Amino acid sequence: MKELLTGNEAIARGAYEAGVAVATAYPGTPSTEILENMAAYEGVYAEWSPNEKVALEVATGAAIGGRRALAAMKHVGVNVAADPLFTVSYTGIKGGLVIVTADDPEMHSSQNEQDNRNYAKFAKVPMLEPADSQEARDYIKLAFELSERFDTPVFVRTTTRVSHSKSIVELSEPQQRPAAPALEKQPDKYVMVPAHARRRHPLVEQRIKDLEAFAEEFAENRVELQDPAVGIIASGACYQYAREAFPGYSFLKLGMVYPLPKKKIKEFSRQVKKLYAFEELDPFIEEQVKALGIEIIGKDVFPSCGEFDPGTAEQGIRGITGTEKKDTAALPYLPPRPPTMCPGCPHRGLFYALNKMKVFVAGDIGCYTLACLPPLKAVDTCICMGASIGHAMGLDKALGSAALGRVVAVIGDSTFLHSGITGLLDVAYNRGACTVIILDNWTTAMTGRQDHPGTGMTIREEKTTKVDYVKLVKALGIKQVKKVDPFDLKTLNKVLKKEINRPEPSVIITDSPCVLYRRGEKGAPRPLLYVERSECIGCKACLQLGCPALEWVTLPPQEQAALKKKKGEAFINPSLCVGCELCSQLCRKGAIRKKDGNN
Amino acid sequence: MATTDRVQNILMVGVGGQGVILAGEIISEVMMRAGYDVKKSEVHGMAQRGGSVSSHVRFGSKVYSPLIKKGDADVLFSFELLESARYLDFMRSDALIMVNSQKVLPPSVTLGVDTYPEQIPEILRARFSRVDIVDALDIAKRAGNARALNVAFLGALSRHFAVDENLWKDVISAMLPAKLVDVNIKAFLLGRKTD
Repeated sequence: MKELLTGNEAIARGAYEAGVAVATAYPGTPSTEILENMAAYEGVYAEWSPNEKVALEVATGAAIGGRRALAAMKHVGVNVAADPLFTVSYTGIKGGLVIVTADDPEMHSSQNEQDNRNYAKFAKVPMLEPADSQEARDYIKLAFELSERFDTPVFVRTTTRVSHSKSIVELSEPQQRPAAPALEKQPDKYVMVPAHARRRHPLVEQRIKDLEAFAEEFAENRVELQDPAVGIIASGACYQYAREAFPGYSFLKLGMVYPLPKKKIKEFSRQVKKLYAFEELDPFIEEQVKALGIEIIGKDVFPSCGEFDPGTAEQGIRGITGTEKKDTAALPYLPPRPPTMCPGCPHRGLFYALNKMKVFVAGDIGCYTLACLPPLKAVDTCICMGASIGHAMGLDKALGSAALGRVVAVIGDSTFLHSGITGLLDVAYNRGACTVIILDNWTTAMTGRQDHPGTGMTIREEKTTKVDYVKLVKALGIKQVKKVDPFDLKTLNKVLKKEINRPEPSVIITDSPCVLYRRGEKGAPRPLLYVERSECIGCKACLQLGCPALEWVTLPPQEQAALKKKKGEAFINPSLCVGCELCSQLCRKGAIRKKDGNN
Repeated sequence: MATTDRVQNILMVGVGGQGVILAGEIISEVMMRAGYDVKKSEVHGMAQRGGSVSSHVRFGSKVYSPLIKKGDADVLFSFELLESARYLDFMRSDALIMVNSQKVLPPSVTLGVDTYPEQIPEILRARFSRVDIVDALDIAKRAGNARALNVAFLGALSRHFAVDENLWKDVISAMLPAKLVDVNIKAFLLGRKTD
């Protein structure tokens, strides 16, 4: 049977066909849909883990128990899971263990574009890299086989253009795997005290040698010998770009990017006149080929930043731009269209208030990071998951009284549970005078609304226990904890002023669901708002919210004169307004009013 | 247009929330069922409501790259006037330019900082000989639901491909929620009849 699948859907399908028993992940673009699809298959235990480290540990436990397990994460998620990763490389597994790392060249939705192929070499773990959805499905199955054959975790690396592109996949039925779960004590293999670890390390070195030998015969490391004038070594989406740009040249298409098939590369280099490594981000292949004493061209002609396309291959190899410069000079200025917080977003009022207070906002990862853009401009740092609290603590300790009343940390509910709890524990323990605002919108909004330990629902939408943030925060040692409704601007402002100026740690929880929240818990639709034209004085106070539903209409000069100096007025787009009533709270003239009924 | 030798490239662009992604899904499925190799690529992730969205759809006897090379797109299928102007360097000089006449204001325009460029249709007509500006919102409203805009617009595009009408209808029926199928089929057929 054939189906059009994304790379992520194909990975889930492949894992299902390979008989995976346990699949874990923390949501992160571009990896999120792997687990969403995994959860739809019968007979697979799937979970949203609180973070990637836990995800990998749970998958490892399942693999130690003899079952096949998969942990999926975005590239920066592997940083979080790196601690168990480097040592499970030593212990090996019993059932197959596959770690999917979804890299994001171009940073479509990420804070950096680190090249996770380096993790394969660093942790001495083999890595496969599929080039489309068919390979994504096939390589997951191969990865489980390799994992069990070589007693190692195996990486499968995708990039955004494999994860989120659709192509045709041939499906098959799932393997019936003999369920042989067994508790088997093997302390010398799984208890990495120094004496045991010293015995495991040489096995790891030998394993890489064995895998190098395997790489030579691995059918997915494929030589396509055509015109010998140019040979190109590539893997993943890069292979597709180069193959499209130069259908006649010779290729060494690598299905496994670590370890490399050294002999095959040497032989290929002898068969072609000029050799290129066509790879996004780091010169990962290039440097290893150069270390073999082989001449190869890579980052001298191809960029180190951003993602590639077929034009990149043409430009690097042929030295042309691929397209004649069309006369873009004649185009008018095109105002940019960045993503914004939705109309009715519960975060908007908070960042409006923080902007007015002119405080330094240590920020975190989530939709609210978008509040760094005008007109809100109220996020001042964003580095990694959970970092906001540490940043606020560091500012507080470094600046002392100069920071008091001037610094806050903001962190979403899912991000707080992922890695904010330890930061807050530090604030309590080391007596930081920080104010931490937990933005509880009842979901992991940015990646498309996934559940987490604070939502009371599992990935399969089964009811489960739900974190009580107030109790949790108090148990960490924070005495001042307040919940507020972020749509009540007056109360919100009062609480913010009081807590930010308090010379001891405090936590504010803004409690209101994401406007896209899916379980119909929002109640009846609210009446939409409109601007009473005769009352609007054109002061633009409401526009400072940056709500997509609020528009500025410039009036023609004759009308401006007739309407007492007013240059224009606010207009509420009825197709975007959801009736959240933030803007009406800002209008001093009472010009923003509720419509009768819901339209 | 539907020749098998050269890969056909459709660049779909618009604003988050307009249904660009679903329209791309429908075309891709139709072309797969019509016997072509198909690749489709886009980026999801960031809270994309209101942001620029683009989707690359490619089909032919064998498709390698999931991305269209700049200067190589055969069709621009743009759901919004301003957005169409952002991607002109992707287009072949003989490309078909299909644009929905709707305007969605970017944030700096709603704030009164920038103005919306009004001369886009003239620019398109000056550069390309095949420009088709369609009021897809109006077609969708006539079909009975403004949100069927994407499928109405797809109806207009479908005239340019030698694919059986029933195939489009089958795929639309399969991919939309049951209660929305009738209105979307109606919108598709109305779009297909526009001139």
